[in-house]
Amino acid sequence: MSVSRSDLLAGLRDVVPLVLSELPFGVVIGAAAVDAGVPAAAAVGMSVLVYTGAAQLAAFDLLGRGAPLAVVGLTALVINLRYLMYSASLAQYLREFPRRRRLTFGYLLTDPVYALTVGEFVDRPAGRAAWYYVGAAVPMWFAYQGGTVLGIVLGTSVPASWNLGFATPLLFLALLVPAVEDRPSLAAAGVGGGVAVLGAGLPLELGLVAGSLAGVAGGLLAERGWA
Amino acid sequence: MVSLALWALVVVLGLGTLAYRLSFIEAFASAEGVPPNVRAALRYVPPAVLAALVLPAFLLADGSLAVGPGNDRLLAGGVAAVVAWRTGSVLGTLVVGMVALYLLRSGLPV
Repeated sequence: MSVSRSDLLAGLRDVVPLVLSELPFGVVIGAAAVDAGVPAAAAVGMSVLVYTGAAQLAAFDLLGRGAPLAVVGLTALVINLRYLMYSASLAQYLREFPRRRRLTFGYLLTDPVYALTVGEFVDRPAGRAAWYYVGAAVPMWFAYQGGTVLGIVLGTSVPASWNLGFATPLLFLALLVPAVEDRPSLAAAGVGGGVAVLGAGLPLELGLVAGSLAGVAGGLLAERGWA
Repeated sequence: MVSLALWALVVVLGLGTLAYRLSFIEAFASAEGVPPNVRAALRYVPPAVLAALVLPAFLLADGSLAVGPGNDRLLAGGVAAVVAWRTGSVLGTLVVGMVALYLLRSGLPV
């Protein structure tokens, strides 16, 4: 596939504001790992292999509270279920590419990358949109990995009065607010958060699991006009 | 923390997440390939899970419900929520929330 320079440059240009917020996001993740007592190598390994902020933050948070690894893994995999949606949405546009390229594109797929690029796949021929995707997704990967390393370095030197641990719920909040876009998604958030608060005393972080499941059920019920 | 078990977790999460990402791309399915019921449920996963992570962090202090001006994380979270809602900026939400908590904790007039 020949390089479409104009599409590559358009992707690089449009991704700049996202890179500027991805870098501190990575810093928070690195710092959260330090806070939870996760060794630096495992934290970097997770950023490279898993490469998804919300699930990693939740995992570090749970590890720091001493939750069993099975609960940590299950929670992270539930949080990442949304990637099934992204994959389904992009599949039709990536069909024509060789397997190695499809694997690379899949690996680089994250929330902001999906949000930025899906419109380009709708608007442009796949061969051109793919170069836009490369221009957007590659800098995001470097920003995230660089941010993680920076966060690990900074995390050990930041004074406790900065309350760096508070950055984790704030980041979840920043992702939650745009996810609440209508009445059913508001119901999902309200039920999910409410049940998690009520179940906070349960062992094995079961309050989080119960809240998540109840929230999805609440959203579906609201959508069907039952609530 | 047993580091071998931790690495096993990292690898399992990495493979699991990659499997999600590649699922439909490799199955050659179109967007219509996902059963409508599953799609509807998946749509509510982000708000449900994120709220289940956020609300306890803001509303609970030492494991019990704390709704009132004495809960500085709730106040700082409320300010940050307004920023998230009005600006949609992740970085802005983070900075305003952190600064608000810092000011509340250091007893400065906000």
